[in-house]
Amino acid sequence: MIGGLFIYNHKGEVLISRVYRDDIGRNAVDAFRVNVIHARQQVRSPVTNIARTSFFHVKRSNIWLAAVTKQNVNAAMVFEFLYKMCDVMTAYFGKISEENIKNNFVLIYELLDEILDFGYPQNSETGALKTFITQTGIKSQSKEEQSQITSQVTGQIGWRREGIKYRRNELFLDVLESVNLLMSPQGQVLSAHVSGRVVMKSYLSGMPECKFGMNDKIVIDKQGKGGASEEAAAGKSDLGGSGGGGGKQSIAIDDCTFHQCVRLSKFDAERSISFIPPDGECELMRYRTTKDIILPFRVIPLVREVGRTKLEVKVVIKSNFKPSLLAQKIEVRIPTPLNTSGVQVICMKGKAKYKASENAIVWKIKRMAGMKESQISAEIELLPTNDKKKWARPPISMNFEVPFAPSGLKVRYLKVFEPKLNYSDHDVIKWVRYIGRSGIYETRC
Amino acid sequence: MTDSKYFTTTKKGEIFELKAELNSDKKEKKKEAVKKVIASMTVGKDVSALFPDVVNCMQTDNLELKKLVYLYLMNYAKSQPDMAIMAVNTFVKDCEDPNPLIRALAVRTMGCIRVDKITEYLCEPLRKCLKDEDPYVRKTAAVCVAKLHDINAQLVEDQGFLDTLKDLISDSNPMVVANAVAALSEIAESHPNSNLLDLNPQSINKLLTALNECTEWGQIFILDCLANYTPRDDRESQSICERVTPRLSHANSAVVLSAVKVLMKFMEMLPKDLDYYGTLLKKLAPPLVTLLSAEPELQYVALRNINLIVQKRPEILKHEMKVFFVKYNDPIYVKLEKLDIMIRLASQANIAQVLAELKEYATEVDVDFVRKAVRAIGRCAIKVEQSAERCVSTLLDLIQTKVNYVVQEAIVVIKDIFRKYPNKYESVIATLCENLDSLDEPEARAAMIWIVGEYAERIDNADELLESFLEGFHDESTQVQLQLLTAIVKLFLKKPTETQELVQQVLSLATQDSDNPDLRDRGYIYWRLLSTDPVAAKEVVLAEKPLISEETDLIEPTLLEELICHIGTLASVYHKPPSAFVEGSRGVMHKRLPARTGSGEGTECPDVGNAAGGSAPEAAPSIIPSQGDLLGDLLNLDLAPPTTTGPTPSTSGMQMGGMDLLGGGLESLLFNMVSHPKMGAGFGAAPAVMPASLNAPVGGGLGDLFDLGGGVGMPMGAYIPPKTVWLPAMKAKGLEISGTFARRAGVIQMELVLTNKAMSVMTDFAIQFNRNSFGLAPAGPLQVLTPLGPNQTIEVSLPLSTVGPVMKMDPLNNLQVAVKNNIDVFYFSCQYPISMLFVEDGKMERQVFLATWKDIPNDNESQFQIQDCHLNSEAASNKLQGSNIFTIAKRTVEGQDMLYMSIKLSNGIWVLAELKVQAGNPNYTISLKCRAPEVSQCVFQCYEAVLKN
Repeated sequence: MIGGLFIYNHKGEVLISRVYRDDIGRNAVDAFRVNVIHARQQVRSPVTNIARTSFFHVKRSNIWLAAVTKQNVNAAMVFEFLYKMCDVMTAYFGKISEENIKNNFVLIYELLDEILDFGYPQNSETGALKTFITQTGIKSQSKEEQSQITSQVTGQIGWRREGIKYRRNELFLDVLESVNLLMSPQGQVLSAHVSGRVVMKSYLSGMPECKFGMNDKIVIDKQGKGGASEEAAAGKSDLGGSGGGGGKQSIAIDDCTFHQCVRLSKFDAERSISFIPPDGECELMRYRTTKDIILPFRVIPLVREVGRTKLEVKVVIKSNFKPSLLAQKIEVRIPTPLNTSGVQVICMKGKAKYKASENAIVWKIKRMAGMKESQISAEIELLPTNDKKKWARPPISMNFEVPFAPSGLKVRYLKVFEPKLNYSDHDVIKWVRYIGRSGIYETRC
Repeated sequence: MTDSKYFTTTKKGEIFELKAELNSDKKEKKKEAVKKVIASMTVGKDVSALFPDVVNCMQTDNLELKKLVYLYLMNYAKSQPDMAIMAVNTFVKDCEDPNPLIRALAVRTMGCIRVDKITEYLCEPLRKCLKDEDPYVRKTAAVCVAKLHDINAQLVEDQGFLDTLKDLISDSNPMVVANAVAALSEIAESHPNSNLLDLNPQSINKLLTALNECTEWGQIFILDCLANYTPRDDRESQSICERVTPRLSHANSAVVLSAVKVLMKFMEMLPKDLDYYGTLLKKLAPPLVTLLSAEPELQYVALRNINLIVQKRPEILKHEMKVFFVKYNDPIYVKLEKLDIMIRLASQANIAQVLAELKEYATEVDVDFVRKAVRAIGRCAIKVEQSAERCVSTLLDLIQTKVNYVVQEAIVVIKDIFRKYPNKYESVIATLCENLDSLDEPEARAAMIWIVGEYAERIDNADELLESFLEGFHDESTQVQLQLLTAIVKLFLKKPTETQELVQQVLSLATQDSDNPDLRDRGYIYWRLLSTDPVAAKEVVLAEKPLISEETDLIEPTLLEELICHIGTLASVYHKPPSAFVEGSRGVMHKRLPARTGSGEGTECPDVGNAAGGSAPEAAPSIIPSQGDLLGDLLNLDLAPPTTTGPTPSTSGMQMGGMDLLGGGLESLLFNMVSHPKMGAGFGAAPAVMPASLNAPVGGGLGDLFDLGGGVGMPMGAYIPPKTVWLPAMKAKGLEISGTFARRAGVIQMELVLTNKAMSVMTDFAIQFNRNSFGLAPAGPLQVLTPLGPNQTIEVSLPLSTVGPVMKMDPLNNLQVAVKNNIDVFYFSCQYPISMLFVEDGKMERQVFLATWKDIPNDNESQFQIQDCHLNSEAASNKLQGSNIFTIAKRTVEGQDMLYMSIKLSNGIWVLAELKVQAGNPNYTISLKCRAPEVSQCVFQCYEAVLKN
């Protein structure tokens, strides 16, 4: 198991040092500093073995967190723990910085004592920790309170405490997707996938039992049997024009993972997503889809080499979603050869600039409605070079944000039941928002 | 108020001041002082002198202060054992505190005070806490037992804590269960033989129940513990797998990986024809892919593990190549790992894409990454023959860039490509020679020298090139020296006249002026060989080298099995067994995959695991088989250390290129007719190549059609083609040879008719074959005992073996033969019906057939028409069986009979066939599927020949 945990600043000075196992000595602290932080080379691996001692590290801004061990530990667990540690610290005192760590070192020791026992990670949900590890000193607790704390920390629902009360029961669901594309110059999709997250912010009283439903193909097919699935198939065929507009009835999810509050065995058996959410924000699920993705933009490149010293570039972008929707923060990046000497750009919409330092023409458009198109043309002048190597023509990349889910995912319902308190599903105010962003969205030219 | 000020005090007399503050009456001031002490402790200052003063602050009801004091105690108790006793009373008292948080705190800290004297006092409080009413205290006490065990194992046993800990596995609180499991697992590791965990179906059931309820960390402990269990049979194995699979959707990657470990291990026990087995395989891919969207450090851990999983079960991720493409902003460690996996997954189906990617990568900035990408291109060439040409041209493009390290890396891999496809790409040698001067790395220099030596006869100035290296002989690394020695000797054997001086020079450099024993010994051996028997020297030095196989850096199977049992852990990240990096008794225990118990497929599970189980696996896994030892050394195989030179799987034997017509080195061929160098002996004996493909899921509509059970009638004799004249008398000074091939009782016979049409008597007959596609070779000498007089005819039957050297021929079934008699040597070539290579045990299991049929890509399917055949399906089936073409199943659809058949070739290649016979229609349709589609045409010819005769 984890033998010790150290936190260093960028200079390699120790800010926190907590040793859990006898086999880790003080010299381990220095070994990591000398061999990793002060190493001349770039870090080549997040796991380093120095004199039969293994160091796992992650970096947050300029702070190094290192877990140390001499045993054959579960490496994935150690990293998950380090991330969790960062989350917990952020939840307690904000950004992880040298100053914040120094200011809170007593708190950090207290946390480390609680969430790592003899190197075994223990309950590390901030919701639970905040009930008994506070920065203001321990209030004298009554016996009931104490046992409530312990039962929560060790209980089945470690992420939520009892007795939460809100005057207004509200919840927010954000479906955040990033759509990735690699397209050939001829417009053929080489690869495309969406990785999405459902982030839930809930302000609900008591211990609400929630059930989340989306247009997962497997569920819809199972429910509808004959009729509905036909409908789904029919719906699928018209995804082109109605992007974001509920064209698709159901989507095929390649894989998904859930926050630990979701009952996995129930999902496995019935594919239903039921849970008692942590209070406040949590990432309810992550998913991946690769089929029938709505590509919000199509990039059509045209590059012509005129002699050896000139390039003509024309790029057309077409928005491919409902005209009533608006895409934002659009940016098209057209790479230019290294020997570019000058660029003239003309664009119909937005602003375009040649950025010599980035070897690219950057074209920005603030907003663009669906089913529109816009184009840019540029003349690139090149310095003659004797470099035999041809310019590799890196792909044209694009950034944007659209108000729908490119995977076609739809939230069908999120039902809330709290039998003990007198509010019902109807009383909960629910908000759902879809945001699609570009991941790596590239078109070869 | 901020705490950072505590870090800043560095005055003299600080300790003294702190002492005063610690003894202050004011609580606030005391607390401040303790914080200062802890801050000093953190940065590494020695504040142990304050021990008594700090311990005095212990008796407080301020929990925050108490925790700080405890922290101090844990750090310094060991250096002040006598003083530490002072704290015992407080601990004992705190363990009785009404507040469970304080009780837990006390028991938690207690275990961290590693002082022998104290531990005894702590037994009673610990015993109470293990039975505490509050689960929070119990879960803390459970871990405390592990702590105590680490300090004093005997004490823990004597006090009976282990039994109490075992009881906690049945606790009602899942977190207590999880911690108890963690503690027990750790203790069990240092007692390899104790049956401490005592896993049995009942306790497993408890663990599985707790699995659904405990925290993410608890789930990891439980899954890691489950992985140590060996189910009694495949049914139990399946039921555990079913309950573990939901964990694959957990957001915590460690939970996912631990679940994968359990599944990978227990899967070994499931019969492969089970539907569930296929389902499970399918379920594993998506979560593994999802791990790649985690943070980079976790991606790294995941990729290292995927590397193992892909080697063990390539079918899981074979369609997921794209997700391993490198992203521009991946950290370098992720890029390098992805590259490794890309090569492992490369196949004919995706090679174009992979190559395009690799070419991109070769222009990146990171030197290591670029080198690896270049190397990967070479590995693709070796792995996928169809891509070899493209790979070579890509490598040439890269050499044109003149980037020094790219050029060197490219030369190293081109050398490997030469080893795999001899006599195919030698046209590039000129380009390579242009870059001779820029090579400064030993490996690249050695590779270049090997190429020059190997192809000396085609490089006009080979002697000059090698001579240029000789000048700085003593400054070269051993690798280069050895290579240079061998290359010059080769050159001498090829062009003896011009290079006598050179070879003298290198031999004396190696034997007289060098103190490297390897170099000296090799020098002497060459010297003696050359001086005693130049012909033997030629045979040894210029002998046929075994081709290298495609998978070069596979992990040795025993180690792989062990690492699979360690998925998710450091061992899987390092790709080393725990004993290689863990000190002491822990981890010495070797884990093994369980044996399959299912439907008689036990042979699947390698026995190697048991054989090597006891001994330390660091004893370098011998990837290069023993035959390489001395002979290999002389054959200069030292160039490619990781290369497998052993028996090549027979499919790859099929793919070797190159034509070595009988013209060249035939003189030697005839002289050592009796036993050709044993090099090739491995080929025929190589295991049948039906690897993991058998695992493909079984099910779907095709499944039930095999229930019909095709009745197979009595076999008939094998088809023997009529004799034809192979060598007309005109061409062979009066010797006429005609003949045919037959397979009788499992033995391939070449039936020859020799006729003497000349005037004189013929004697001293001998026969030899050139290398051919299936390694056919005479199993004995040609038995012509009496001289063959004029106009006499003799019939001889020559038994053949299939263990000779292999080279792909065109057409595939072409055989080049040399026959010698007292008059001359004659050459002819003939074609044998491939049906004589069909072995008797070529009947495939139905399920296996089904799975294999699905598993072979459709690209490998070829269809043929057999016209004018008037047999019904029953008769056809019987006829075919006579030639070892086995009908496995038959079904009838709308008057059309579909026969499913399997054939196994002598080199282990399976051919699957579907024959459609329609009543009244003399034209049959046949579809052939095979992993080596080249054979399809020949197999079809056999069908036609067999059916029509």
